[in-house]
Amino acid sequence: MKLSVSKLFSKNSTLEKGANDSVVTVQKQEEKINSKEKGENSSDEMLECPKCKQTFKKIDVKENMNVCMACGYHYVVSADRRIRLLVDQGSFRPLKCKVAFSNPLSYPDYEQKIKSLQEKTGLEEAVYTGVGKIDGYDTVIAVMSSKFLMGSMGMAVGEKVTNAFEYADKKKLPIIVFAASGGARMQEGIMSLMQMAKTSAAVEKFNRNGGLYIAVLTHPTTGGVTASFATLGDITLAEPGALIGFAGPRVIEQTIGQKLPEGFQRSEFQQEHGFVDQIVPRDKMRDTLAHILRLHCKRGK
Amino acid sequence: MVKEIDERIIEIDKEIEDILSQECKDEAKMYVLKRERHDLIKMCKNIEPHDKVYLARHKKRPKITEYIEAIFEDFFEQKGDALGKEDGSIFGGIALYKGLPVTVLGHRKGNDLNENLKCNFGMPGPEGYRKALRLMRQAEKFGRPIITFIDTPGAYPGLEAENNGQGSAIAVNLAKMSALRVPIIAIVTGEGSSGGALAIGVANSVLMLENSVYSILSPEGYASILWKDSTRSNEACSMMRLTAQDLKEFNVIDGIIPEPIGGAHLNHKAVFKMVDRYLGRELEKYSKMSPDDLSRHRYKKFRTIDQNYLNII
Ligand SMILES: [Zn+2]
Repeated sequence: MKLSVSKLFSKNSTLEKGANDSVVTVQKQEEKINSKEKGENSSDEMLECPKCKQTFKKIDVKENMNVCMACGYHYVVSADRRIRLLVDQGSFRPLKCKVAFSNPLSYPDYEQKIKSLQEKTGLEEAVYTGVGKIDGYDTVIAVMSSKFLMGSMGMAVGEKVTNAFEYADKKKLPIIVFAASGGARMQEGIMSLMQMAKTSAAVEKFNRNGGLYIAVLTHPTTGGVTASFATLGDITLAEPGALIGFAGPRVIEQTIGQKLPEGFQRSEFQQEHGFVDQIVPRDKMRDTLAHILRLHCKRGK
Repeated sequence: MVKEIDERIIEIDKEIEDILSQECKDEAKMYVLKRERHDLIKMCKNIEPHDKVYLARHKKRPKITEYIEAIFEDFFEQKGDALGKEDGSIFGGIALYKGLPVTVLGHRKGNDLNENLKCNFGMPGPEGYRKALRLMRQAEKFGRPIITFIDTPGAYPGLEAENNGQGSAIAVNLAKMSALRVPIIAIVTGEGSSGGALAIGVANSVLMLENSVYSILSPEGYASILWKDSTRSNEACSMMRLTAQDLKEFNVIDGIIPEPIGGAHLNHKAVFKMVDRYLGRELEKYSKMSPDDLSRHRYKKFRTIDQNYLNII
C-alpha cells in the first residue's frame, strides 16, 4: 500500500475541539503549507513563519523539510513525508494491521468523520506503522499524525502501536515511534483510556525482552499518549519547539489561575527537566537515529 | 434527582435528631419523617448516570482510610516517593488481610476542606504515582498481594506536576504494574477519572462499587471538550458509559460490588462488609497462581480488554 501525498487539509474538520490554542495555531500553519499541492501557481505562494515572521516561498520551506530557513521553526510534517525523509529509499513496507471502524459509545457522526479524514489524509488512522531500513539498519517505525483527529488515541491507534511493538519483539528489531497526539480519543471514551494500559504493557514486554525503543516526541505530544508509550523509550528525542506535556496548557492555566511561563512544556523545557536525551532538528534526525542504531548493533549491519 | 433526595434526607436526619434531643419526643412527627425517609431512599433504586456521578463524589462516601481501618489489621503507613517528596493524595502501606500481609494503597480524599488541602482533593502529582510504584515494587519483592482503592478527579494539572513529569510518572506505573508478579486487585470506590485513576488500576481484577464511576475524563471536562459547554455534563454522563454496569458490559471491569440503596454514604458498615467479601473472593482466586501466571494473566487482560469492540480485518 502506498500512502497518498497529503491532500488539501480543510479547516476545522480535523481540528479536535478543545485542543489547546498553540496546537491549533501550528495546525493552521500546517494547513497552509500543505494546502497548495493541488494548485498550479503554488510556486509563488508565500508563507509567513509564525515564529520569526519572515516570509518565504512555501515551496522552499517544503523543500527544507518543512523547517523555516531563518529561525529553524519546525512546521508539522505529514506521516508519509516523515517516513520518506527517514528511511533508505524503497526499503519501507507497512505492517499488516488493519483495524475496522468501531464506535463503542455510538458517538454521533463519528464514522463519517473518520471516513472523511481517511480520504483527506490518505491515512487509515492517526498512526502509520511499518518496517524499513535506516542507513542499512532494519527497524520498525510508527509515525503518528496530528492531522488525523489531532493524533488522538483510540482502539485502532492503540492496536497498531501494540502490534508494532509485538512485531518488533518477535523479529528482534528496534522500534522508533514518532509521537504526535492531542491525547485520548474522546469519541471512544473508556476504550480509549484502556489503550494507555494496553500500549504501555506492550512496551514493557518488549523492554523486558531486551528490545531497543527510541521515542521521538514531535509537536504536539500530550495527554494519554504522553502518559503511556511516548514517555517509555530507552532513548527519548524531541524535535525543537514541540509542545510536550500531560495536561494541556489551558487546563493548567485555569487550574492555577495564572499565565504559564514562556517556553513551558516545550522540548527545551522537557530536556531541562530531564525527560529528553537530545533535541534533534529535522535535518539531523536520520543521522542521529542511525547513530543510535549503530551503537546498539552488536556487529556490522 | 438523587441530589434533591439526598438534600431532603439530610434535612430529615437533622429534624429527627432535634426531636430525639428534646425531652418530650414527638413520636408522631418522627414516624412521619422516618416514613418519608424510607420512601425517598426507595426512589433511588433506579437512577441515572449523572445521579451515580453525584453519589460517587458524595462527601460522606467512605474514604480509603476508613476502608483500611474497617477491613484490614495492623496497618503500617508508608510515606514518600524516596525521590524527594511526599504526596498526600496517595495513601498507603502494609497491612494484614485476614492474617495475610498485603500492600494497600489508593487515592486519598479528605472529609473537610482542611483535610482536602493536605491531600490535594485526591489529585496526585508525579510524586504520588512514584510513591505508589515504590510501594507496589516492595510488595512484589516480599510477595505481598496489592490492593488499590481508586477515587480521584484525575491527575493534578499543575505547573509543578508538569515540571516533574506527570505524564512519564503515569506511563511508568502502567508499564511496571502490567508486569508485577503478585496479585493486584483494584477497587473503584468513588470517581475514577482519566489516567490519574488508571495509573494505579492495572490490576488482575478491577472491581467497582455499584454507584462508582470510571471514565476517560470528568463529565464536565468531556462536555467542555466535545461541546465547549461544561454545563452539559449530565448529557455527557449518559454518553460516556461511565457506570459500573456499562463498564461490566464493556468487559473493562470484572465485578460490581453492591451498595445500599441510596448510596454507600448511607451505611458505611454494610459497604465495608461487602467490599471485604468481594476482596476475599478475588484474593482467593489468585492465591494459587504462580508469579509468572499472575503477570501473564494481567498482560492478557489488558491486551484483550477491547476485544468486544476491536475488529481486526
Ligand atoms: Zn522562522
